[in-house]
Amino acid sequence: MTTTHGNIEAPRKAPVPSAPARKKRRRRLDAPSMPIRLVKGLVLLIICAVVIVPFIGIASTSIADPKEVTRAGGFVLWPHGINFSSYESLFAGGVVTQALLVSIGITALGTLVSLTGSTLLAYSLSRPGSFAHQPILIMVLLTLLFAPGLIPNYLAVKEYGLLDSFASLILPTAINAFNVIVLRAFFMGIPRELVDSARIDGAGDFGIFWRLVLPLSKAVLAVIGLFYAVGYWNSFFSALLYINDTGKWPLQLVLRTYVINNSQLGGAQLGATADQLPPQASIQMAILVISIVPILIVYPFLQRHFAKGVLTGAVKG
Amino acid sequence: MNDVSVRARPARRTRAEAQDPAFSTPPAVRRKRTWRERAKRDRVLLLMAIPGLVLLLAFHYVPLLGNLIAFQEYLPFVPLGHSPWVGFDNFAVIFNGDPAFLNALRNTLEITLVQVVLVFPAPILMALLLNSLLSERLKQIVQSILYLPHFLSWVIVVAVFQQMLGGSGLLNNALRAGDHGTVNILGDPHNFIAVITSQVIWKDTGWATILFLAVLSQIDASLYEAASMDGASRWSQIWHVTLPGMRGIIILLLILRLGDSLSVGFEQIILQQGAFGRDASEVLDTYVYNNGVLGGQWGVAAAVGLVKGIVGVLLVFGANKVAHVFGEAGVYQKQ
Repeated sequence: MTTTHGNIEAPRKAPVPSAPARKKRRRRLDAPSMPIRLVKGLVLLIICAVVIVPFIGIASTSIADPKEVTRAGGFVLWPHGINFSSYESLFAGGVVTQALLVSIGITALGTLVSLTGSTLLAYSLSRPGSFAHQPILIMVLLTLLFAPGLIPNYLAVKEYGLLDSFASLILPTAINAFNVIVLRAFFMGIPRELVDSARIDGAGDFGIFWRLVLPLSKAVLAVIGLFYAVGYWNSFFSALLYINDTGKWPLQLVLRTYVINNSQLGGAQLGATADQLPPQASIQMAILVISIVPILIVYPFLQRHFAKGVLTGAVKG
Repeated sequence: MNDVSVRARPARRTRAEAQDPAFSTPPAVRRKRTWRERAKRDRVLLLMAIPGLVLLLAFHYVPLLGNLIAFQEYLPFVPLGHSPWVGFDNFAVIFNGDPAFLNALRNTLEITLVQVVLVFPAPILMALLLNSLLSERLKQIVQSILYLPHFLSWVIVVAVFQQMLGGSGLLNNALRAGDHGTVNILGDPHNFIAVITSQVIWKDTGWATILFLAVLSQIDASLYEAASMDGASRWSQIWHVTLPGMRGIIILLLILRLGDSLSVGFEQIILQQGAFGRDASEVLDTYVYNNGVLGGQWGVAAAVGLVKGIVGVLLVFGANKVAHVFGEAGVYQKQ
């Protein structure tokens, strides 16, 4: 809900820099003096360290030797010995294993629902002049301006009988108008001639969509799909609001309870039978690592395409 | 752009033709496509819109109507719409200035103010710094690092801050090791605004540079050349060329931020209310959640939420109007 719609119409000009223009300017600028370059380098180094160091520390604590963690008072910046016992205890079938399965399921299913609904809606909006085009478009766009508010949302979900169901984690946030607009902009950019020739060959609207438009849109679909997937994986508030049954908690709620609120995570919660559990801090950091790793895996792809996607939507929306 | 050529039927007229009297065809021909026929022609498209529209209707437009409970005394076991109407009674906390509500409002505005001053300029400065780097490669590496926190959830960000600044975090461990005692950062209500502001900066500054960098790369190189030839130093080039070039986007984003004045990081704050206490950390959104979902005062919570939503929309329109007065494009434009 928060991330993207600040960018809706942001840069009006085409944002893709032309490489020659940039080079030209660089050459004209006299290179900065040595002290300035040093200061700049130092500032950048500090900024990057502020972002990176916590992750290193978290990963280190999760795999550090139990004795070392206890000696350090709960946080190890760089481990001397490696020990995976905290991961073993998390995957032993307790709350964390369960929450991980829930989160994976919600993310997979939610992404499928969101991507299907948004793609179909975006395609149906990609032809100005079609029946009811204007009212439908306005209906989509208005959702960016007005949000119903927390209480009405909650009561609606309650009235639909969806409290404590996995559907409540997916359906209310399934369609993001911003993503629909990005997809629509892409579909509208598909060359008319291609569509025409398919029609002459006898394809109907759905045939064109399925056999021509979708295969051409693989990249943008992947980007939007990841957009949604990251959203579902990270979503915390829907679960806080709609899910009371701890057995249906996604990972983010488990993180809040056992890491931020520091509730004791013992053998009963972990389902582990080991006599000696790893230190609480290691287990907590291992949960954090488990919830960060999927993001890290898709991150290179996200980074390459998201910036582009955000700007495309911004320009054409 | 029109859909006519898609059909490849010469008999139909394009929109340009429809507006041009020279193309006007006899009414008989024009009436050929009634709305029924158009609906029939586009039935597949309409069918495709249905799943998405149903979701938007059910979880956006129907709940909008649910705001009516702001004017009712909500009774949990009575079906919606059968609760007694109470007029504006639920709005009394706002009109009569209930202390808890005023506290939430004050905290919200304070946080907004601090964040507009401290959070808003951060990505602009960062973009200027990145833009001044001569090595593309270095720039890309720094960008990859800085964008990362944006994709992490608030739960993770708050947990990361705990590990750094919390009681058994990195900082306090280091202080203990050096016998300096410990500092209670995440738990002192006085630090609340400082802490959440630094979290926002940590999480989103990098990502927010994207738009500014895109605009920076669009600034005409010849302006720099001209400035340089006129003897402008690098600093005065930033002041006289770069910043004016970014003015449009800065104003646009500022409008959007101001329109959002009454929303300040709900997830982020609710996660840390336990640590900082409600006095310091209660904002309008958490007030609605705590009083409604947790406290059962549905009508009052909905009333506060409704007023907040309406004021929010008015703020966007207002800020946009101000931007027009100053000759900027704003979020939307009158056609």
